[in-house]
Amino acid sequence: MIRYISARLLATVPVVFGVTIAVFSMLYLIPGDPVKMMLSEFQTSPEQIARMRAQLHLNDPFLVQYGRFVWNGLHGNLGSSIRDNRPVTQEIFEVLPQTAQLAVAALALSSVVGVTLGIVAALRQNSWMDVGAMMVATFGISMPNFWLGLILILLFSLRLEWLPAAGGGDLAHLVMPTLALGLGAAAIVARLTRSNMLDVLRMEYVNTARAKGLGGGTVVMRHALLNALIPVITIFGLQFGALLAGTVFIETVFGRPGLGRLAVDAIQNKDFPLVQGCVLVFALGYVFVNLLVDLAYAVIDPRIRYG
Amino acid sequence: MAETLAASSVARRTRHRTRWEMLVPRVRRHKGLVLGFGIVLFLVAVALLRNTVAPQNPIRIDITSALQGPGPAHLFGTDQYGRDVFSRVVHGASISLTVGAIAVGISATVGTTVGLIAGFYGGIVDALAMRIIDVLLAFPGILLALGIVSVLGPSLQNLMIAVGISGIPLYARLVRSTVLVARQQLYVEAARAFGVPVPVILARHLLPNVVAPIIVAATLGMGTSILAAAGLSFVGLGSQPPTPEWGRMLTEGRDYLRDAWWISTFPGVGIMITVLGVNLLGDGLRDVLDPRLRI
Repeated sequence: MIRYISARLLATVPVVFGVTIAVFSMLYLIPGDPVKMMLSEFQTSPEQIARMRAQLHLNDPFLVQYGRFVWNGLHGNLGSSIRDNRPVTQEIFEVLPQTAQLAVAALALSSVVGVTLGIVAALRQNSWMDVGAMMVATFGISMPNFWLGLILILLFSLRLEWLPAAGGGDLAHLVMPTLALGLGAAAIVARLTRSNMLDVLRMEYVNTARAKGLGGGTVVMRHALLNALIPVITIFGLQFGALLAGTVFIETVFGRPGLGRLAVDAIQNKDFPLVQGCVLVFALGYVFVNLLVDLAYAVIDPRIRYG
Repeated sequence: MAETLAASSVARRTRHRTRWEMLVPRVRRHKGLVLGFGIVLFLVAVALLRNTVAPQNPIRIDITSALQGPGPAHLFGTDQYGRDVFSRVVHGASISLTVGAIAVGISATVGTTVGLIAGFYGGIVDALAMRIIDVLLAFPGILLALGIVSVLGPSLQNLMIAVGISGIPLYARLVRSTVLVARQQLYVEAARAFGVPVPVILARHLLPNVVAPIIVAATLGMGTSILAAAGLSFVGLGSQPPTPEWGRMLTEGRDYLRDAWWISTFPGVGIMITVLGVNLLGDGLRDVLDPRLRI
């Protein structure tokens, strides 16, 4: 187990290194002068541009700049935003809990709804419930979450006036964003659960359990479901990533403060240090969650450790 | 003599059936595939005949007829500038399909080339390529495209490039894993022994092994790309006004949701039907071409 954990941790190092290089290089990949691009909306003199270049240390060699970026990053310093001159980390950590809350709520919703739909569909294979559940899932996968968000606002805020249309903070503000973000993901979980469940239900140990005279519920819950869910857990990491990315749209639809909206605003304002900070936190968060999922997977399924 | 002729005719028919004739009944039997193909065909026809289907100019502003509900004059109503929503939705189909196709074209071409080279050469080339792919995969979903758009600047062209690049890892991994197995085969060794140039081995001997999974991935990838592109346009990082792009239209109608629901609703239906069509087609092709991957 320790060997597996060390190997998995070690494999993360080059990815994190690559992510920092990629995020840092964004500034270099901008066509033309990045400082002129960032200040294009302001009236600036050549002196101000030169000062900005010096402030961002853009005159130093690439490796020196990269080294400084990583060193400062490790000390919680990702520079200052160009718009309001506040530390990037401060801006990010102000909104990060909101994004994490939304992503976790959507993950929970997608897991509960998806697994339930998947089990029902598998147990009643080819019945109208199965066909119906899979049709809903197919629509769910194809539906843009930002459009679903707008439809929910139209129905529950503007017509029925049950829920607030925009903003963040309390639980009422979390309901519609969670639904908009989580239902599409639930469709993917439902399809995967159904397919795994159908495979497992054909296994000999399930037949043995039935032959022993165990009740249908026990066979499904104790013998089939737990094994069917193992592959579903692997996609939790991927799902969490997709949900994190989805917050970019959902936070914009619902005018909700969060990392996604901060990133979109920063791109529109050409506030590059803030864009870099947001993208870095998103990517590192995703790498970390995938690491956790892989470790949890090894605990749940010992075959992974020894495989 | 007659028996020999009959036998050879049977043999010929059997040989012929091994490829297309065996696929055709499976395609016909797959309802989802047929439906998906029908939807995609319909959308392509609408996109090609957009000026006939929707003769009204999709970007012509006419304030006097602003915010009119759906009716005979304007099937899907008009937006806040008096532009015909039906016309904009129809023209939007061609934009979304083009964006999806070009983005998938970039992902599939670059990803396949990287996968072929990495899988064939192995060693340091493979290790380096796969580490780069790992880094690209560390940016979840749309975020890689978001980062690229932030560098290149918001525009429809940059959006296609960004979404295209973000799809590369999928194809690179898919092709590499197949090539790793295929390159051990005798026919590849024979080709190398005969001195066949590497590009020819890659194109003629290895590429055919990955065509079916690439077709499936590209079809499903088209749906993902269309959603990603519409989403980025929705948050203002893709197409710019007055382009009748579906994602952009959703944003433009957002402020009028209470009084003019049709501005945002119809483009959303357009996105959903298109993605549904390509997803059904992709799922169907996967079942028919590569049933092992069925979920």
